[in-house]
Amino acid sequence: MYQNIGEILILFWRTLATLPLAWRQRAKILDQIFEIGNGSLLMVCILSLFIGGVLALQTGPMLVNHGLNYVLGGMVGLSFCRELAPVLMAILIAGRSGSAMSAEIGSMQVYEEIDALRTMNIDPVSYLVLPRLLAIAVALPTLVLFAIPVGWLGGAVVCATNRHIAVSFDVFFQNLREEVELQDILNGLFKSFVFALAIGVISCHQGLITRGGPRGIGRSVTKAVVNSIVLILILDYFVTRLLIWVQQ
Amino acid sequence: MSLPAMPSIPNVSVEIRDLHKSFRGEEVLKGINCKIDPGGIFVIMGPSGSGKSVLLKHIIGLLQPDRGEILIQGQSIDSPDIRDIFRMAMVFQSAALLTSLTVAENVGLFLSEHRLAPPDQIARVVAEKLAAVGLEGLEDRMPNELSGGMQKRVAIARALVGDPQLILFDEPTGELDPLMAVAVGEEILKLKNRSQATSIVVTHDRNLAFGIADRMAMIKAGRILFIGLPDELKDNPDPVIQEFLHAELPPLNHNPSRL
Repeated sequence: MYQNIGEILILFWRTLATLPLAWRQRAKILDQIFEIGNGSLLMVCILSLFIGGVLALQTGPMLVNHGLNYVLGGMVGLSFCRELAPVLMAILIAGRSGSAMSAEIGSMQVYEEIDALRTMNIDPVSYLVLPRLLAIAVALPTLVLFAIPVGWLGGAVVCATNRHIAVSFDVFFQNLREEVELQDILNGLFKSFVFALAIGVISCHQGLITRGGPRGIGRSVTKAVVNSIVLILILDYFVTRLLIWVQQ
Repeated sequence: MSLPAMPSIPNVSVEIRDLHKSFRGEEVLKGINCKIDPGGIFVIMGPSGSGKSVLLKHIIGLLQPDRGEILIQGQSIDSPDIRDIFRMAMVFQSAALLTSLTVAENVGLFLSEHRLAPPDQIARVVAEKLAAVGLEGLEDRMPNELSGGMQKRVAIARALVGDPQLILFDEPTGELDPLMAVAVGEEILKLKNRSQATSIVVTHDRNLAFGIADRMAMIKAGRILFIGLPDELKDNPDPVIQEFLHAELPPLNHNPSRL
């Protein structure tokens, strides 16, 4: 495990060192952004709509019973942009795009395509890892930016239509505007940026160390997704602590 | 990363000194020593699992030895700038074409990634190299639309595109039918006539080996048994070599009563 952590950090550092070559790889970066962003947008919106709705549905009746129906907008708004959107979208992208990254690079590793790149003096880090890491670092925060208003909308719709909650759109969004600040949205975007880097580097690393044919590729994909999700949840705690500390 | 515009010399010598390599405690290369002169075709022959491909991957720097060294024109393959000084290419057993790229993008990858030529010039060079291996007009095909033999010839075209001074072939006729194997063998011979690069071919195909080799080595169980001219190998009295060279399937008994 410690060897893997060391290798992941070294890969991350080597990828950062190839950043000056990013312009040269712009076509691949744009392709990857389109693949991750456009390919996931519908799923992100559906997921966000229902998560926002469930959040309102779970907490709404209890708050209404205590006469706190006017805080629902702020509660759904804050919890969604600070926590739920970045974490759940990151988990979604780890499953969808992280797995694709590790499978593609793993397959290239197993079928000697990466060796072929090396014999052509082409660095696999700048050719394969850099475009994917930059693309996911752009695409995931962008998706979170879409997810946040859709999640709010889901919460507002449930609050307005559920007869046990019955909080109008106006009340919901008025409270949301009072409670949610730009800083909260930026915090969520920053978290998703950190998660994106974690997913990208773990998935690419897992692809690069793939051995042993199709079974090895399958193992790498599983490890990439599981390790990414675990790291997202661990990082979530520390990044939240960091953001709280910065704001104090 | 800088590259010389054109190689200063057309070919390079390769020297292998006391090369050892183990995988999970099993020694695959047991002290290989060999000197390959510049130019010509050097064939390394031996049975499957004898360490031929591992040796080839050491020569091009894809694997690191446990002990020993490889010198390209007197310079260690581990030198950080060795690939900036000498141009080397390898044709993999599996062809190893990038499946997400077209044939033209595969062949022109070296030039485009290193920005050695503008796109229109790269397209011309790609067309020229594909024509040289008899695959003109296939630029826009994807690798998975080609037969195994065609993929191998695309891999040869890709190797040629950088005007290499050293080309390594790993089982170039492996998995090919006899006609395609002859075609690939002819490509290697044509390549020798066209470019003066040093070619190292690893194979267990006896017909290919004796058809193209200027010099040969025989390797078995991680040790070199013989280095010399093809005729000297044929005449070598070593029973291990003779067994490999003359291994034949015994005539099948088609007597139905034995089935």
